Amino acid sequence: MSHTPGSRLPQREGEKIDRKAHISFLWSNKRIQAFRGDTIASALFAAGERVFSRSFKYHRPRGLYCCSGHCPNCMVQVGRTPNVRSCVEPVREGMDVKPQNVMGSLTRDLLQITDKVGGPFTPVGFYYRTMIHPRRAWPLYERVLRNVAGLGRIDKHARRAGRFDMEHRHVEVLVIGGGRSGIAAAEIAAGSGHQVLLIDELGVEDGLHIPGVEVIAPARAIGIYEGKLVPVEAGNILYRIRAERIVVATGAMEQPLLFPGNDLPGVMLPMGARRLINDWSLKPGDLAIVIGTGSEGLAMADDLTGAGVRVADLVDLRSRMPKLHARGSKGRLAAVGIDGYEQECDLLVASGGRQPNYSLLAQAGGVIEYDPARGIFVPTILPEGIEAVGSVAGEMARGAVPAATFSGAGGAGKSFVCICEDVTEKDMKRAIAEGFEGIELAKRYTTVTMGPCQGKFCHLPCIRMYAQQTGTDEATIGTTTARPPWSPVSLGVLAGRGIEPREQTSLHYSHLAMGATMMWAGSWLRPHSYGDAEAEVKAVHHALGLIDVSTLGKLLVIGPEAAVFLERMYPNKFADLKPGRIRYGVLATDGARIFDDGTIGRLSENVFYVTTTSTGAEGVLEWFEWWNAIWQLDIEIFNVTGALTALNVAGPRVRELMPRLTDLDVSNESFKYLDLKHAEVAGVPCILLRIGFVGELGYEIHFPSPFGEYMWDKILELGADLGIRPFGVEAQRVLRLEKMHILAGQDTDSESNVLEAGMPWIVKWDKDDFVGRWSLEEVQRRGLKDKLVGFEMANRSIPPEGGQIVLDGSPVGRVTSCRWSEEVNKVIGMAWVPMALAEEGATLSIKVNGSVKAATVTLKPFFDSEGSKLRS
Amino acid sequence: MSFLIPCPHCGARDVSEFVSRGEVTQRPVEPPSFLEVAVYLYFRRNVAGPQREWWYHRRGCQTWFLATRDTRTNVVTEVELPLEFEKIP
Repeated sequence: MSHTPGSRLPQREGEKIDRKAHISFLWSNKRIQAFRGDTIASALFAAGERVFSRSFKYHRPRGLYCCSGHCPNCMVQVGRTPNVRSCVEPVREGMDVKPQNVMGSLTRDLLQITDKVGGPFTPVGFYYRTMIHPRRAWPLYERVLRNVAGLGRIDKHARRAGRFDMEHRHVEVLVIGGGRSGIAAAEIAAGSGHQVLLIDELGVEDGLHIPGVEVIAPARAIGIYEGKLVPVEAGNILYRIRAERIVVATGAMEQPLLFPGNDLPGVMLPMGARRLINDWSLKPGDLAIVIGTGSEGLAMADDLTGAGVRVADLVDLRSRMPKLHARGSKGRLAAVGIDGYEQECDLLVASGGRQPNYSLLAQAGGVIEYDPARGIFVPTILPEGIEAVGSVAGEMARGAVPAATFSGAGGAGKSFVCICEDVTEKDMKRAIAEGFEGIELAKRYTTVTMGPCQGKFCHLPCIRMYAQQTGTDEATIGTTTARPPWSPVSLGVLAGRGIEPREQTSLHYSHLAMGATMMWAGSWLRPHSYGDAEAEVKAVHHALGLIDVSTLGKLLVIGPEAAVFLERMYPNKFADLKPGRIRYGVLATDGARIFDDGTIGRLSENVFYVTTTSTGAEGVLEWFEWWNAIWQLDIEIFNVTGALTALNVAGPRVRELMPRLTDLDVSNESFKYLDLKHAEVAGVPCILLRIGFVGELGYEIHFPSPFGEYMWDKILELGADLGIRPFGVEAQRVLRLEKMHILAGQDTDSESNVLEAGMPWIVKWDKDDFVGRWSLEEVQRRGLKDKLVGFEMANRSIPPEGGQIVLDGSPVGRVTSCRWSEEVNKVIGMAWVPMALAEEGATLSIKVNGSVKAATVTLKPFFDSEGSKLRS
Repeated sequence: MSFLIPCPHCGARDVSEFVSRGEVTQRPVEPPSFLEVAVYLYFRRNVAGPQREWWYHRRGCQTWFLATRDTRTNVVTEVELPLEFEKIP
């Protein structure tokens, strides 16, 4: 029996190859010729290849089996992508295809030794029982196991292989499956005026054309999720299809027979043999035996004869239940034994009948029950809006032949229940003997049904075997839970393209032009520095600095009850805040947990201007809106974060700059610290806020974003002779740390409250109820446990954020911020410490790189502790 | 979680557009006992069945509303704007 190149038949009607279009590709560095319309597997088969892969555990040779993209037998590595099903992957010019899970070559795999001698040492579940002692040898065991078992290899250094995208779709009717029933359903739905989408897993580009129906093919439904959501994988696109009605037409799958040698190359399912002949005009073998049920077996035999294959024997399982075994030679099928009589052959087309592919229906919540009359599991009750048509609904001449799939076994050798995971009949029996009697337990213990085919070829045989071994029936054993994915899907498709929302201020390009290093602050991009953060700090302290603070959240709270609302939201008072004045506020939950902070300025009697942290605008808006949904106060809240650009100009020379920009009197007498004024700056109407986050005398200028670049350039131009410098987030962090101004979310976490964060002055107990009040009362009653304090290092080592504060060898606190400050001439920081250590001058022991360094507690700001500069 | 929520303004939308604040709770009235505060902060009824919940259409109209959702099936049977929500002082 010879397998010579030349399996290709003369041109046949209906073939899917274009014999005029030649394509060539590499297979194990050997050039293979193919036609357009070929898949990798069909081209290789035409070139004489019969072994396509080595099995998962025993490294047995495996050949084409289903040829429909379901079984694991034809999986290969294409370029850097492992586990490509070569039977459905179209050939492309120059593609580099290699076998996987092989040491040596496909025909001489050194690891085949596991099949010959490994049996007694590698029974089912061996990895739960062996290779446990000695424990230190595990890394060695692991390395060996990972080399021996598995499906392909991932290139750890590989980059994204391609661009993956997600597309959201909404349709009235989604039809899954483009077989006869699926097409009929789509036609009927489209005919009655519905918007219809049909997906088919094998459809080719020029395949399906149904009037009024959109077709996506080849595409595979991964599952049916709640809300009739169907993710569909179509190459590099994941469609997320939301359907009002779903018609499942996934058909039925031919089921393998269990007998020794049932995995040899040359043993095929009818669907595989049929595709070789009809789609690619390939002769699947020379001498064949057909085992089937009724007319389906006859039809198969006819197809084979038509392709020039001699059919040595045809067994109809309905009339005869033979003992089967297959004998191999040189890793291929050589003979089939039927009731002890061996017949030489190189092809065995065998099927135990068809089982509906109900998995998607079960995922959607359908009830699946065993029909003993037909020997198959069928959907009986379906959820509203989900329908099943055709074979999947059990509409077929006859179902599977129950007994044939199991009790026909005869002869010696391995009989595989699951070809994906190399689980044998013996393994299953052993699992039952060990007490794994339920089908769900058996699945987890033996990994049967958990391989690439997702149980398409092993679920039913496995249930039948269990029924027979335990003396029950299929209905009693039941099915395992159907879960996505129904078809294997690459991780890239699920991950999609890396699309992150990104916010940039109106000054983004000005920053880039000035050489800023940008950093992420939530979804914002902000300048980290413009090259020299230390010089930027120095400029603010000794001349002038300018920073873009547009990322601050900005909300307008407007209405007659705005003050009442804010009094309830914040622990401090706002009713007494005069128009034109600003107050710092901290937002906390009813559990008193700090989650944001900012300033609140009163623009007029009924209008408040609230700022939040850079990442807090959306959260604070949501929080405000939620409370007002409950309270229904007469206010409106507007998010003006993007509409307004905000700059902070600060430094000792700011009063020299301001008169060049505005006519407003900026003397300390008429524009005091924490005042807010409307004014024209450089001709632009602005809100000016005298706030000092960075510790030096300064002004925040808020104005319409379209003027952003103009204002930025103008201020830098007019301040040039005063030594003005733009500064970034890094400089700002040093400056604010010198003042011990907290960063909510950095110096505080979900356990922090304002009392322990060292801001007891903010809480006004003499006002009505506010959010967080009761919990703060409880904190006060039980006494403070920890406190947020400042510290100065004794030397120049800088503890990391999160660094441990230790007391008698145990961790008692942690560092939240730490920087070198040129101005203070020390390493300064903030930390949470127990109350016992929260005393001015107390000594802290802080872990830095494994050693313990000393620091001194400071309760007052490191720089300008009295705040005289801010008020000057 | 991939169910649809009928937003009172926008109609049926994917749940991923919304955020939930969980079941509707009653904030105690002043001055509450320690137990009342603890129950309000940390205890939920966690029913298996229809539950009245707060939902916010974050990626849509940015409105808070009340939805009655069956926690077993994720079917939202009723949505209402909180206009009639009991005013809590």
